[in-house]
Amino acid sequence: MQLNKQVLHLSSEDRALIKAVQSGLPVVSRPYAEIAKQLNSSEADVISRLQYLIDNGAIKRYGVVVRHKELGYTANGMVVWNIPDDKVEEMGMCIGKYDCVTLSYRRPRRLPNWPYNLFTMVHGCNREEVTQKVEEIAEKCGLQNIQHSILFSTRRFKQRGASYTPKKSSTAKTAKLQLVK
Amino acid sequence: MTDSINDFSPLEQHLLNDFQRDMSLSATPYADMAKQLGVSEAEVLQSMQSLQENGVVSRVGPVFRPNRIGVSTLAAMSVPADELECVARIVSAFPEVNHNYERDHLYNLWFVVTASSEEHLDIVLYEIEQHTEQTLMSLPMLDDYFIDLGFKLSSTLKQTNRNG
Repeated sequence: MQLNKQVLHLSSEDRALIKAVQSGLPVVSRPYAEIAKQLNSSEADVISRLQYLIDNGAIKRYGVVVRHKELGYTANGMVVWNIPDDKVEEMGMCIGKYDCVTLSYRRPRRLPNWPYNLFTMVHGCNREEVTQKVEEIAEKCGLQNIQHSILFSTRRFKQRGASYTPKKSSTAKTAKLQLVK
Repeated sequence: MTDSINDFSPLEQHLLNDFQRDMSLSATPYADMAKQLGVSEAEVLQSMQSLQENGVVSRVGPVFRPNRIGVSTLAAMSVPADELECVARIVSAFPEVNHNYERDHLYNLWFVVTASSEEHLDIVLYEIEQHTEQTLMSLPMLDDYFIDLGFKLSSTLKQTNRNG
């Protein structure tokens, strides 16, 4: 896991390719040839660059990305846990193994407002099912006495692949950030 | 539109379930799917197109690992109910925001911001605060404990092993 923590050094060709594929491959017979055309590159070069990104762990998964809600998994609960620091990796791995779970990340606490350090996403057909699954997982992973909270999504304003396009520098004012970081 | 997996044709079910990971990097990925499923490439292209059009498939292609080719963070805001829709619209308009959800909590707006560098990310977070006139809480990922094998849609379909 350590290996996958560093930000990869990418060439401008790699960046252009990432930009071209981040919202998905075209649904045509030769998608990489079409992407190559946009990039003034070759089909073989596009494929080998993508293979490089897979081999180096930049691409975590390669295939069909479904939207859970449209498939009937209308409830998703972001379950946040306040786990002792020396246990969080073990517990995070345990929760991440369940089929209904799609994320398991450690994030910083923001005390006093935010005590939770482990974030997991649990999907189900309705809230009751999600709540029941969370209880099952808590029991199986030994988390019954761990403070946790389920944040159900009530509205989706946006859901799409990440955009890594660099920001234009005209608004580059990093001074005086008032962020809770 | 919301469907259960059983509302899809057998071909659609297989397209949704069987190619969520390790899709071939051959020049003709859809022809490869067609061959594996015993249908024509045209049928696969047509079904995949319609699954994308009605929103069931978000996309076909790479899912990038967080913080490997860029930096990202999960941000939360506590927005007064009557301002939420307006604030959410402003947040969603940023191209760097890829997920934006309302959740039933004191922190009621949760979104993911992804950028090419720390500096770019800081600028975007700053601009979001300026434009929305709201304070945000930034919670960058520190460790990833999840091995992404895709999302198993139904126990009646062909199952993939999870060797977590």
